[in-house]
Amino acid sequence: MHLTGLAPLVTFVAETEGTAGGDPVAGRTPILPLWGELIFGIIAFAILYWVVAKKVVPNLEKAYAARAAAIEGGMAQAEEAQAAADAAKAQYEAQLKDARTEASKIREDARVQGTQIVNEMRGQAQAEATRITDAAHRQIEAERSQAAASLRGEVGRLSTDLASKIVGESLHDEARQKGIVDRFLAELESGDLKPQKVES
Amino acid sequence: MSLSLVGLALASEGESEGFHAPSPEEFYWPIFGSGDWTFTRPMLMMALSVLILGVLLVTLTKKAAIVPGKGQWMVEQAYDFVRNGIARDIIGSKDFLKYTPLLFSLFTLILLNNLFGIIPPIQYPTMSRIGFPIALTLIVYAVYHIAGMRRKGVGHYLSGMIPKGLPKPIYALIIPLEYATYFIIRPLTLALRLFGNMFAGHMLLLLFIMGGEYMLLHGGPGLKVVSVGSFLMALIFTAFEALIQFLQAYIFTLLAATYISDAISEEH
Repeated sequence: MHLTGLAPLVTFVAETEGTAGGDPVAGRTPILPLWGELIFGIIAFAILYWVVAKKVVPNLEKAYAARAAAIEGGMAQAEEAQAAADAAKAQYEAQLKDARTEASKIREDARVQGTQIVNEMRGQAQAEATRITDAAHRQIEAERSQAAASLRGEVGRLSTDLASKIVGESLHDEARQKGIVDRFLAELESGDLKPQKVES
Repeated sequence: MSLSLVGLALASEGESEGFHAPSPEEFYWPIFGSGDWTFTRPMLMMALSVLILGVLLVTLTKKAAIVPGKGQWMVEQAYDFVRNGIARDIIGSKDFLKYTPLLFSLFTLILLNNLFGIIPPIQYPTMSRIGFPIALTLIVYAVYHIAGMRRKGVGHYLSGMIPKGLPKPIYALIIPLEYATYFIIRPLTLALRLFGNMFAGHMLLLLFIMGGEYMLLHGGPGLKVVSVGSFLMALIFTAFEALIQFLQAYIFTLLAATYISDAISEEH
């Protein structure tokens, strides 16, 4: 329907005036304007133009500009981040290099120190061993002398006891006085005394 | 619908005389008043279109968001089409922004009013009343001449319309031709092209629908069958009209941009 409410009106107009020829402008050639429509068209366009120029286009251009700025800003930000990442990488690599150098230095030091420690320990062990050996030697010597001394006394006493038994009197004091046993033993040691067959 | 109503009115009127083909008088739809100052239906539609466009465009672009919503995105598609596809391409990146609001207003207003031709319940192209194409053409006419005169000065603007370096006798022919082109032919064709396309398209649809209706209601059994074909043609031409309506809005805007560009560019 023609804008529902208008249809009866139109038919009304058509009935009362007659669309053909009743109103002088109805039959006007279609390429000649109705002045009211022409002027109305200019006014309508002017209103729309005002709205578009004042409200719509500035808003859209603002959005476009903001969008372009956002894209450019995003790119700048990305570049910044890239630069920061590069710097961090360089720093990390430098640190890594330093760490490597330090580690190798530490290893070298440790090796030197280790060798030194081993040598020291070896020296100490050697000294200790020598000391222990010496002490053992000394002890053995002392024990031997002690054994020899006590043996000498014992042998002397046994001999005199034996001789006393044979002779029948105590020779202890005399033997001691005269150093017979000692002399005998000394001769025995020096080899001057030839073992003789004891006659019965 | 509206057309069928016209058809009915005509059919009832001319029942005794047979079928009346649609005539240009069908385009005159007074609401009140008389003579040149009648308030007509196309005027109401023009006001409606300005209201729709104004409200729609302002509300959808009010946020001016960087990431547009669906509505803003749709407006931006149309705006991009005019701004980049017409204004910047033709006028050039230096001056186009100044004329973008004009071209965008022209395009949207013409497009919506043309589409009224196939949108129920309106189904009447506003631009089939020549007053409206003339109104828009007068604005374009004023804009491009004033822009040219302000850019180059009146004398230089007028002399710039004539190509240089031609043999003298040819100027006798060229000068009136060029001035006629700039001052008469361009505005005349701009207005008539839009008017003619809308007028003829609407007339065609009227013919198919009124004819179909008449055959269906008043014809014999054979004609009743044929009326299906008539309605089918009306459907096909409605789709075809949609294309033409868009195309005419585009062409009008494109030519307006071309004329402005011609007027302000340094070389002819």
